[in-house]
Amino acid sequence: MSNLINVTINNIPLQVEEGKTILEAAKMLNIHIPVLCHHKDLCVAGNCRICVVEVEKDPYLVAACAIPVREGMNILTNTKKIRDARKHILELLLTEHNINCIKCCKSSSCELQNLALEYRLDEELFINLLQDIPVDDSSPAIIKDDTKCIRCTRCVRTCDELQGVNALAMSQKGRHTKMSTYLEKPLADVVCTNCGQCINRCPTGALTEKSYVEQVWEAIYDPSKFVVVQTAPAVRFAVGELFHVRPGARVTGRMVASLRAMGFDAVLDTDFTADLTIIEEGTELLTRLKKALVDRDKSVALPMFSSCSPGWIKFIEHQYPELLPNLSTCKSPQQMFGALAKTFYAKKREIDPANMVSVSIMPCTAKKFEANRPEMRDSGYKDVDYVLTTREFASMIHHSGIDVLTLKNEEFDNIMGASTGAAVIFGATGGVMEAALRTAYQIVTGKDVPFEGINITPIRGFQGVKQASLVIEGTLPEWKFLEGVELKVAVAHGLKNAHKLIQGLKSGEIEAHFVEIMACPGGCIGGGGQPIPTNIDIRTARMEGTYKADSKMLLRKSHENPEVQALYEEFLGKPNGHLSHELLHTYYTERFKY
Amino acid sequence: MPTSTVKRTDLIFKKDIDYSAVMHKIMKMGKDEFIEELIDSGLRGRGGAGFPTGLKWKLVKAEQSPEKYIICNADEGEPGTFKDREILDNAAEKVIWGMTLAAYITGAKEGFIYIRAEYKYMQTKLRIAIDRMEQNIKALGIKFKLDLVFGAGAYICGEETALIHSMEGYRGEPTNKPPFPVTQGYLNKPTVVNNVETFVNAIIIAEIGAKEYKKLGTKASQGTKLFSVSGDCCKEGIFELEMGMTVQQFVDEFGDGDTKAVQVGGASGFCVPRKEFPNTIIGFEGVPTGGSMKVFNSSRSMYNTLENYLIFFEEESCGQCTPCRIGTQQLLMGIHAVKRKEKPKSYLDELLKLAQTMKFASKCGLGRSVGNAFGSIVTNFREEIIY
Repeated sequence: MSNLINVTINNIPLQVEEGKTILEAAKMLNIHIPVLCHHKDLCVAGNCRICVVEVEKDPYLVAACAIPVREGMNILTNTKKIRDARKHILELLLTEHNINCIKCCKSSSCELQNLALEYRLDEELFINLLQDIPVDDSSPAIIKDDTKCIRCTRCVRTCDELQGVNALAMSQKGRHTKMSTYLEKPLADVVCTNCGQCINRCPTGALTEKSYVEQVWEAIYDPSKFVVVQTAPAVRFAVGELFHVRPGARVTGRMVASLRAMGFDAVLDTDFTADLTIIEEGTELLTRLKKALVDRDKSVALPMFSSCSPGWIKFIEHQYPELLPNLSTCKSPQQMFGALAKTFYAKKREIDPANMVSVSIMPCTAKKFEANRPEMRDSGYKDVDYVLTTREFASMIHHSGIDVLTLKNEEFDNIMGASTGAAVIFGATGGVMEAALRTAYQIVTGKDVPFEGINITPIRGFQGVKQASLVIEGTLPEWKFLEGVELKVAVAHGLKNAHKLIQGLKSGEIEAHFVEIMACPGGCIGGGGQPIPTNIDIRTARMEGTYKADSKMLLRKSHENPEVQALYEEFLGKPNGHLSHELLHTYYTERFKY
Repeated sequence: MPTSTVKRTDLIFKKDIDYSAVMHKIMKMGKDEFIEELIDSGLRGRGGAGFPTGLKWKLVKAEQSPEKYIICNADEGEPGTFKDREILDNAAEKVIWGMTLAAYITGAKEGFIYIRAEYKYMQTKLRIAIDRMEQNIKALGIKFKLDLVFGAGAYICGEETALIHSMEGYRGEPTNKPPFPVTQGYLNKPTVVNNVETFVNAIIIAEIGAKEYKKLGTKASQGTKLFSVSGDCCKEGIFELEMGMTVQQFVDEFGDGDTKAVQVGGASGFCVPRKEFPNTIIGFEGVPTGGSMKVFNSSRSMYNTLENYLIFFEEESCGQCTPCRIGTQQLLMGIHAVKRKEKPKSYLDELLKLAQTMKFASKCGLGRSVGNAFGSIVTNFREEIIY
C-alpha cells in the first residue's frame, strides 16, 4: 500500500499517492499542464521544461513531469512567472525550428505547433537560429529532418527503452546537441529497423515516414496501369481515428468503399494472405517438428521464429544473425500478396503484370523497407510497388474529397479478398501465434484447440513476453509422432522484449517450439505507421476492437478460408510445395551490428 | 604602509596532520557525534553551491544500503579557478583522508576521485598517496578502497549528477532532482559528492574541532577558503583567506589600484562593480564563490568579458534543456546584435528577462547561473555592452 500525500494545487487540497509526479497529481484535478518531452510510454526526461510549475518556497520553477509530490507541497500552475517562462521556452524552441508548417506532414499532429497556437506566439521575439542541415532521406522508410528537432529525446528513449535498438542517440553538446546515429551515418546505414516507433512519438516533424502518396496517385491516374491495393489487418481498427472515430472502431466497409472511390482497380485484402501465411508457416513448423522428433535431424533449427514483422526481421539480421536459421522462411503477408498479385491474380484477371501496380496500406513503416528488398521480386517484377502507412492513406482520402463517414460499407473484391478471424487477429501481439495454433492443432488432431471458444487467452494482452503450452492429444494417424507432445510457444512484442525473449531462450529459462515476435508494442495495432498519438489506452482500444471482430466472424480458422483453398487447388498445389517455395518463401541476410 | 585588512590563514597547506591519530579520535568520539561536530562547524560545500557538509554526510549515513560511495569532485572547470589543482598537488593526503573520514562516517567502502583530464599528470603522486592511506587504515580496521576516474573535458561534468553519469559511462548530463545523490547516486546507491576543498576542511575540523574552526569566518560563511586570484592584480595565485571579507578589502589587497570590477565565482558567478565593493561580502551572505576571483581594471572591455563567458556557456551547456541550450545562444547572439545596432538598446531588457527564465526554468545549476554573470554585467556596464 502506498501512502497518501497531502498537497494543494492552485489552492485546491488533494490527496495523492506517494511517488506520483506533479503532472499526474494535476491531472487528477483536470488541470492541464503542457508537455513536450514527456510521453506516457517513456521514462521521464524533464528536459524541454515547458511543464514548469511553481512550488511554494522553491526559488526555482520545477518540471511537473519529473518531480514527485511531497507532503505539504503547495503547487501553483498558472502564475505570471510560469507563463513568462513557458512563453520564453516556446519562443526559444521556435527560433531553432524550421517553421514550414503548411508543408509539414506532421502539421495536424504537431505538439509544438499546437502549443505555439495556444500561446499565440505571433511576433518573433528572438533571433532566428535555424541551421541549414540537409534532410536525411537515405532510408526507404524514415525521414529525419534535424531542422525540426526540438531535442526532446523522445525518439532516443523510444529506440532504447521500447525497442532496445539504439539506432538513435544524442550526440555533441551545447548548441551542437543533436539527435544522431552511430558516427553520424545516414539512417539507411545503421541498425535502424525502420519500425517507426520514433515517428509515432516525435512531437514535431523531425521524424516522418517517407511518403509514396504521389507515386500512387500517378499510378491511379494512369489509365494504362491496373492498380491493386491490399490493406493490412491492423489498419481498419485505427484509420478511423484520423476521422474522429474512436480508437478500435472497425471501419473495414468504409475503408474499402473509399479505396474504390479513389480509383483503385482492385481492392483486396492482406488478411487473405495472412490466412495463407498460417497455412505455409504452420506446415513449415510441423515439418520442422517432424524432422526433429521423428528423423532426429539435428540440423533443424528450433524454436521456429515467426517472420511477419519486417522490423523484427531486420532486427534479428543485425543483432542475432546466428539465429537466422530459426526464422520461418515464409514471407510476410504483404510480400506473399505482392508475389501472388502479379502472378496468380494477374493470370486469373488476364492482366499483364508489367502493367500492374501493387500498392499496400500498412500500419507499418518497416514494410516500406521490406518491399524494397532486392529479394522481393519473385513475380518477375517488384512484388509490392508502393507501401503507404495508415496515415498516408488517410491523407489520400482527404485529397480525394471523399466524405468517408457518409460512405456505405462495401466488401473487398473476390479472388484475394476473403479472410477469416484468424487473419483479423494478426494485428495484435499473439495473434499470429493464436491463428497458427488454431490451424495446426486442427490439422494434427482434427479438433479445435482446447481453449474456450478457441480464444487462446494466455498469449493475448500487453505483457511483454508471454508463454503458453498445450499438450497435443488424439492425433490423426499421420501425426502420431506428436501424440502427447507438449507444444510450447512464446510471444514478444516490442524489440526490447524480443531481446528478453531471446536471452531467455539462450539461457534455457524459456523453452519454446514456436516463437512469435512483433517489432512494435502491442503488435501491428501499435505500428509505426498508425495514427498519432499513441499510448497504452489507444493501443488497448485497437486490440479490443481486433478480438471483438474475430469473435464475430463465421470463419475463424485460416484453413477454412475458401479463397485460400481455391488458391491451392488452382495454383499452388500443396502447402510448402514447389511453387509456394518459389513465390511465398524467402531468405535472410546477416547485417552488421552497429 | 597600511596594514592589510584581509586575514590570511594557513590550515590547508600547513604541515601534515597525524591522520591515524585524528581517525582514532573520531572513532572514539562516535560517528553521530562527529556529524554533529561537522554540522556545528558550519562547513558548507566549497564547490560553490554551499550545501552543509555535515547534513550531507548525515543523510548518506542514514540510508540503509550495503553499498555507498564517496566521490571527490576534482573536475575543476570553473573559469578562473585553479585551487583544487594546488590542493591535489600539495595536500593530496588531506583530500584522501577527508574522503576516508567520510567513508568511515557514512559507512561507504569505496570511493573515487573524479579528476579533470588535464590533471592526469598527478596520477602517480595521487596513487602513491592512496596506497599509503590504504596501508594506514588497515591498522585502524577501516575498509576503504579509493580509485581515480578521469573526466573527458566537459564543464558540465562538474555538476554532481552529470559527474555520476559520466562515471557510469553515460552522457554527462544532469538529471532531475530528486532523487539526490545522497539517496540515489553512483550506480543508484547513496553517494557523498564533495569538492576537493570540502574534504580537506572536514579533516581539518576533525583535527582542530568545530569550536576552533568556527573562530574563523562569519556566521553564514564559516572557516577559511582558498581563492584563485587572477586578472589585473598586484599578486596573482592561490591564497587561503578567512571568509567574510568585503570585495573592497579584497581589492585593496590584490587589486592593481585601477580595479573597476571583480568577477566573483567564475563565469557562473557575479560581476561586482566598483561602487558595490564596500557593501559586498564574499561569502554565502553576499556573493558566493567556489574560489574564482577575477580582477578587471579600467582597460578591460566588459563586453568582451561577457562575450567570452557566453561563448563558454554556449559550448559547455550539456544541451538537453531548452532554456540553457537555446538561451545561451540567444544571449550571445543578442549582445552581438545590440552591438551591431541590429537590435535596439531595449533588446537588452528582453535578454535580461530571458536570463531570468533561464535562472528559474533550467534543469541544473549551469543554466540557472548563466544569468548571474549576464545580469550583473549587463546591469552594471550597460553602456559598455551597447556602445
